[in-house]
Amino acid sequence: MKIDLTDTTSSKINNAMMDARRASGSTAAGMVLTLVIVVDEGSAYDALKAANDASREHPSRILAVIKRAGRSPRARAGARLDAEILVGADTGSGETAILRMHGELVSHAQSVVLPLLLPDAPVVVWWPENAPAHPAQDPLGAIAQRRITDAVTAESPVDQLALRAQSYTPGDTDLAWTRITGWRSMLAAALDQRPTTVTAAVVEGESYNPSVELLGLWLTDRLNVPVERVVTDGPGITAVRMRSKDGEIVLDRPDGLMGTLSIPGAPDRMVALKRRDTADLIAEELRRLDPDDIYAAAVRTGVERLHEPSAQAHATDVAVAMAEAEAEAHTAAAVEAAVEAAVAVPRVTAKVPVAKKAPTARKPPAAAPKKDGKKASPRKRSGA
Amino acid sequence: MSNPQAFPDLEGTDGQQSETPLPPSNPLRDPADRRLPRIAGPSGLVIFGVTGDLSRKKLMPAIYDLANRGLLPPGFSLVGFARREWEDEDFAQEVHDAVKEHARTPFREEVWEQLAKGMRFVQGTFDDDAAFETLRETIEDLDKAQGTSGNFAFYLSVPPKFFPNVVQQLKKHGLADPPPGSWRRAVIEKPFGHNLESAQELNKVVHEVFPRDEVFRIDHYLGKETVQNILALRFANSMFEPIWNRSYVDHVQITMAEDIGIGGRAGYYDGIGSARDVIQNHLLQLMALTAIEEPASFHPKALVAEKLKVLSAVQLPKDLGLHTVRGQYSAGWQGGEEVVGYLDEDGIDPKSKTDTYAAVKLEINNRRWAGVPFYLRTGKRLGRRVTEIAVVFQRAPYLPFDSYATEELGQNALVIRVQPDEGVTVRFGSKVPGTSMEVRDVTMDFAYGESFTESSPEAYERLILDVLLGDANLFPRHQEVELSWEILDPIEKHWDEHGKPAQYPAGTWGPAEADEMLARDGRSWRRP
Repeated sequence: MKIDLTDTTSSKINNAMMDARRASGSTAAGMVLTLVIVVDEGSAYDALKAANDASREHPSRILAVIKRAGRSPRARAGARLDAEILVGADTGSGETAILRMHGELVSHAQSVVLPLLLPDAPVVVWWPENAPAHPAQDPLGAIAQRRITDAVTAESPVDQLALRAQSYTPGDTDLAWTRITGWRSMLAAALDQRPTTVTAAVVEGESYNPSVELLGLWLTDRLNVPVERVVTDGPGITAVRMRSKDGEIVLDRPDGLMGTLSIPGAPDRMVALKRRDTADLIAEELRRLDPDDIYAAAVRTGVERLHEPSAQAHATDVAVAMAEAEAEAHTAAAVEAAVEAAVAVPRVTAKVPVAKKAPTARKPPAAAPKKDGKKASPRKRSGA
Repeated sequence: MSNPQAFPDLEGTDGQQSETPLPPSNPLRDPADRRLPRIAGPSGLVIFGVTGDLSRKKLMPAIYDLANRGLLPPGFSLVGFARREWEDEDFAQEVHDAVKEHARTPFREEVWEQLAKGMRFVQGTFDDDAAFETLRETIEDLDKAQGTSGNFAFYLSVPPKFFPNVVQQLKKHGLADPPPGSWRRAVIEKPFGHNLESAQELNKVVHEVFPRDEVFRIDHYLGKETVQNILALRFANSMFEPIWNRSYVDHVQITMAEDIGIGGRAGYYDGIGSARDVIQNHLLQLMALTAIEEPASFHPKALVAEKLKVLSAVQLPKDLGLHTVRGQYSAGWQGGEEVVGYLDEDGIDPKSKTDTYAAVKLEINNRRWAGVPFYLRTGKRLGRRVTEIAVVFQRAPYLPFDSYATEELGQNALVIRVQPDEGVTVRFGSKVPGTSMEVRDVTMDFAYGESFTESSPEAYERLILDVLLGDANLFPRHQEVELSWEILDPIEKHWDEHGKPAQYPAGTWGPAEADEMLARDGRSWRRP
């Protein structure tokens, strides 16, 4: 059932939701949490779909906050709230309200959301992209127990990790971290099977994927050994190597689907390690709402503690990237691709070389539509 | 898991409880890291009687679901043992079909591929030495090819008369002796004997070969989320425990009803009957969990100690004739279908005295429960399939309303719905809207399907994982089994010597005698 309300208020929305539930015959609402999604019109569909799928595991009231500040001063001066309410079969196993906020209301979103929260149930805020610099201090973030960001959608995912570490408040979490749960549990299981002292580790994965860095940081933090970050073509994370005096424990996943676990002295074994979709990630996030201390420790370890591969290998990588950038510069989308590639090159590895940062500091204007450069596709949203 | 020393060693001989699944040294593990699931260590499972129904409908899907949730170790191996002439591929195909049909989670090719790599089939009968020799070689091969490190659980999904045979064969071929640093476990299904004597005999047979702590008795009811939730409901909340005693509870009804008849199980069922089949294990376990005192911890020994205390405090009614009832379904209409009576079922002796319905009244003699009857009933061909525990509370000592205002007010009740429609219902009185004062029963509902994942794990998933992890909390110990028989044996004996089962039409809620049994106490059965 779908109800459209134009120029409305929170209490009218509340009433409409109640009526819709009565009409569909289920007055008992067993919803366990309120999920607030702060999103723009462009990614609202995907985010809502993921949230609805996740709501099969966690029946929830989903509030999608779509901010439309308006382009003209006239539009910005007014304030209006439009709502679209979905109850029943259309919306997983909870209920959904899409709240479109216009004009000045954009900066007072919490005033709309607050009356719509389920009583006595936890609140989770999810920014599929454009997360605020300090989630816990955001007016919407402040009312939530759990704040979910996604570093992979940031302009510079690796820098984003530093920002997350800086502003970390208990209750923060990032989908880049959720994506590596499968890897982490398999690596932990490998060490269960073969207790050994790891002396060094390597994480390999595509560039522009903060999950690779986070996995490296987690290993750095837990094992207290130097961890190297190697750039590959992906997809996602492609391999982790843990070196010890008995040899290397390798978890290798070249195709984003099946991994191979090699432990010295044991046969190689296949492990299913599929990249998960966003609905799975959100469902995992909602399973526990207490602060994730392990994430905090990992993200705070600091990207600068990851090592780069030996100089030669690195040079080749950069050269390849440069060559690609040059090749692209001759194509139709020349200007933009060149800018993107230039931004991309220094950041393909974890470290951001300070010397190179200065000349390439001019980022494309934030509002400009992004076309995917070959190397730089930070918007690709998929599992790690 | 705190302080295992605090509990006297109930088992007598088990010095080393295998309770260290993870060496504490793993730097990647942290108790605070609750995203990381409990993955079983390297291991494999050998299923005897792999062509059976249970294996196809429950075990294989459960194993796939575990793999799909990433809870099985890499290299997990599954060995089937049966008489059928299959190759490894046939076996894999059979598992594939079973998984596709019955698994709870969606089928994913890559998970299947991982699982299929470790599947083997051994063809043979239980007295075939060569087959067990092949089994040993297969297991050794798997240790090399899949890295199962010698850890194997043997699941005996076979009729109990084969148990001695199989375990002796395992012993003879060295399969029950774990290589150093590994384990070998036996998993057995009910029935655990048909009376105290046979249960002890069976325990002796199995314990001769496997140490007590390595024997896992499956009571799939204990793997159900709702049953585990009894403990959470009672001991994680503060609002139920204060009234969970004789001062407030009037009586407790535990029901397990099935709508099906005996189907193709005539050979097994006749002579066993519903009391032995259900009350001895499932219902007495449910009763024990409903009645136990708070265990000091969730260490398996702490829990089993409390359960044993309750079971040994159970007292049978003095006059078994008045407070127990058994019945047999007669021909009737069940949910719109005409069905035959028990005595007309295929393979049943027309003079059979086997009970298909049983109801007993038990009391627990301790400070908490003295004088509170526990009514246990089970039956086949009853109204519908349902299992529930109803704690019925006493009426308010005084009602300040007109007598007609509370005419429709029943007793308050808390009902734990074990299956289907898992959840908890609280029933209490509420004023009917209107100008007059009138109180009527209403219910407050908690449904698993609404508040939690729509697919909570199947009981067998949890139980198989626990076997691989060596966590014995959800498995009845042999003392529990023996105590349960001590409770049931006198009842069975009484039934043997007196009268015959009361008849009840199929599709109803049991014989009239059962209603009379409660009416004698001034109570009545709930309609579940």
